[in-house]
Amino acid sequence: MSQGVIDGGLKPPAFPALARALDNRLVLSAIFMFPALSILLVFLTYPLGLGVWMGFTDARVGRPGEFIGLENYVSLFQDSVFLLSVFNTLVYTAIATVLKFGLGLWLALLLNNALPFKAIIRAVVLLPYIVPTVLSAIAFWWIYDPQFSIVSWALKQFGLIDRYIDFLGEPWNARWSVIVANVWRGIPFVAICLLAGLQTISPSLYEAAALDGANAWQRFRHVTVPMLMPILSVVLTFSVLFTFTDFQLIYAITRGGPLNSTHLMATLAFQRAIPGGQMGEGAAIAVAMIPFLVAATLFSYYGLQRRKWQQGESND
Amino acid sequence: MTKITRRDAIRTGATLLAAPAILTYSLRSEAQELALEAEKGATLRVLRPSKFVQGDENLWLANTEKFSKQFGIPVKVESEGWEDLRPKSAVAANVGRGPDIVYGWHDDAHQYPEKLANLSDVATYLDKKYGGFYDVCKKYGMRRGQWISVPLGAAGSKMVYRASWLKEAGHTAFPKDLPGFLKVCQDLKRINKPAGMALGNAVGDANGWCHWIVWAHGGRMVDDKDRVVINSAETIKALDYVRELYQTFVPGTLSWLDPSNNKAFLDGQLSLTNNGISVYYAAKNSTDATVKAMAEDIQHADYPVGPVGKPTELNLIVNAMLFRYSKFPKAAKKYIAFMMEKEQYEPWQEASIGYFSQPLREYEKSKIWTSDPKHTPYRGTLSNMLWSGYGGSPGYASAAVLADFIMVNMVAAAASGAKSSRDAAAEAQKRAERYYKI
Repeated sequence: MSQGVIDGGLKPPAFPALARALDNRLVLSAIFMFPALSILLVFLTYPLGLGVWMGFTDARVGRPGEFIGLENYVSLFQDSVFLLSVFNTLVYTAIATVLKFGLGLWLALLLNNALPFKAIIRAVVLLPYIVPTVLSAIAFWWIYDPQFSIVSWALKQFGLIDRYIDFLGEPWNARWSVIVANVWRGIPFVAICLLAGLQTISPSLYEAAALDGANAWQRFRHVTVPMLMPILSVVLTFSVLFTFTDFQLIYAITRGGPLNSTHLMATLAFQRAIPGGQMGEGAAIAVAMIPFLVAATLFSYYGLQRRKWQQGESND
Repeated sequence: MTKITRRDAIRTGATLLAAPAILTYSLRSEAQELALEAEKGATLRVLRPSKFVQGDENLWLANTEKFSKQFGIPVKVESEGWEDLRPKSAVAANVGRGPDIVYGWHDDAHQYPEKLANLSDVATYLDKKYGGFYDVCKKYGMRRGQWISVPLGAAGSKMVYRASWLKEAGHTAFPKDLPGFLKVCQDLKRINKPAGMALGNAVGDANGWCHWIVWAHGGRMVDDKDRVVINSAETIKALDYVRELYQTFVPGTLSWLDPSNNKAFLDGQLSLTNNGISVYYAAKNSTDATVKAMAEDIQHADYPVGPVGKPTELNLIVNAMLFRYSKFPKAAKKYIAFMMEKEQYEPWQEASIGYFSQPLREYEKSKIWTSDPKHTPYRGTLSNMLWSGYGGSPGYASAAVLADFIMVNMVAAAASGAKSSRDAAAEAQKRAERYYKI
């Protein structure tokens, strides 16, 4: 299409200025980007910005607050419960992520083998991920119940313990218990993503490695792991984000107890902001999660994606 | 000339004597009418907590329909989950749009008093007509001499126990004081039928008994000037007591949430706990014969009274608030009053099978409290109750402190030995001071 000069019976455009503007690449690209950009602005940037702003105010539920600078943060850093929640969140995320990745990768490797009923098995593996979180959380709540735990009951039947295990009544027991629940729920996501990655690795690489005399461990170490690294880093990023911001499991199983030993930053933010009405402080806690999340993201992007093409450059 | 007979004289005299009484009576009955002309074309939206029991909702809706028919005012009743009710009403208050009337929790009205209509006429009318509101209702309902909410009632929590096991442990009556209570729990533990009360972040059960025990010893979060005074000798005494009491508990109470004690009790693993009337009802209506039989054995009692010499319970109270933005305030006031009138309130209370205790003394006579002697202790729910934020004023800080489980965490830390009583009290002091900014 040319500049709008017309011959051969075509009519001149009704709005020449508009037609010229539409021919301008800058204008056109701005128009094309507008829908996506406005969605981003309205649904991501605005709420995030509002959250950050609220962290600097003394807003209550439903009442816009006044700017109070860093007061919320100063106050939070003197608050033992907040500091404990940061500690809990870091422990929870670190241990759960390591376990999810270890077990998830193992499961993916198993599923990558030629198995009978492959499709059905893969679908079954996804189940924990498909069940709504709250439902599985309630199931775990029963499993860990001090009076009705099936685990305690079974161990007692076998004569291995003489009193029920206090899964959720002791701080470290409770932390481990919620971590196990999170790992159970998170493995399928990791496994299925990594399985997809495994299937993109060309068999010829393994053949070549085998011809070179590589054993199973060497094939895994020098073929599988490097080839899997790009997807691994993406899955790791998501997994860390999901775990760090977990809410439902904790809320249904312990509500942050006992003695706040399983309160994560997300659950504490909710408790203070909504039932407690301290919106500004809740927002500040939520905002305090951002540096951790950014650090985790940067680590998995730049720490694990060493090849240039993974960082958006050409692979020379 | 008319002859005045002796009989006439007596009659006249009697009339004269009766005149002041009749006059007072007619004046009183005038005071007993709430003269409110609803706005033309009024419609109302009402938001209330989701039902405790089906009867609660059924009767509420039936009463609402009765109101609509009688006054020609359509009313839409919405219910909201317990946890979402507070944020939703706060948002309505501050956005200036939403339901006309909200039946909200505890100290909600004191978080946005300037957004609420003055309900003094409704409250005074009800107060006069139905034997007066209990003191705690005034604390929740009034601010600076004005009624900003009208208490509807409270979900009572009482001591729930197995009478036969108490007997087996050597006690024929439920103790009325704290040393007696500790002794009972120790004896129950001795016969291997332990007591247990929630110490996890359980909104109702844990807050209920943890506040009670601290208040009973004279400890309190704030004084009457809203200065935080939880770190006191009285609190430490209370925590020392709890430490001993905790030794008698069934294992696992540190993790208990609200449903935990119900489950353990109904399973026969628990002899004594604090709860609403729901345990009894679950047993009574159970299809399982053993559980049903348990209903016979379940008894209820008031929380024992501590050294302060008066009951110090904390129960979940619900208050009606009318927002200023409502276009039909008169119709709304009519509705609030209507639902509290005997013709509506008693059947509704009856249908709520004792889950809701009245804020007005007159309803102590409700049949529900005597139709089954096991209901009777729940009758005194509001007369035995103090308010959230006792001994200061209800408001933002008291709501935040309650929601943050500061009292519960303090009691739990001391009970389990995670902290000494002294340290637990000091930590609670620090945490509370963040809200009652010093």
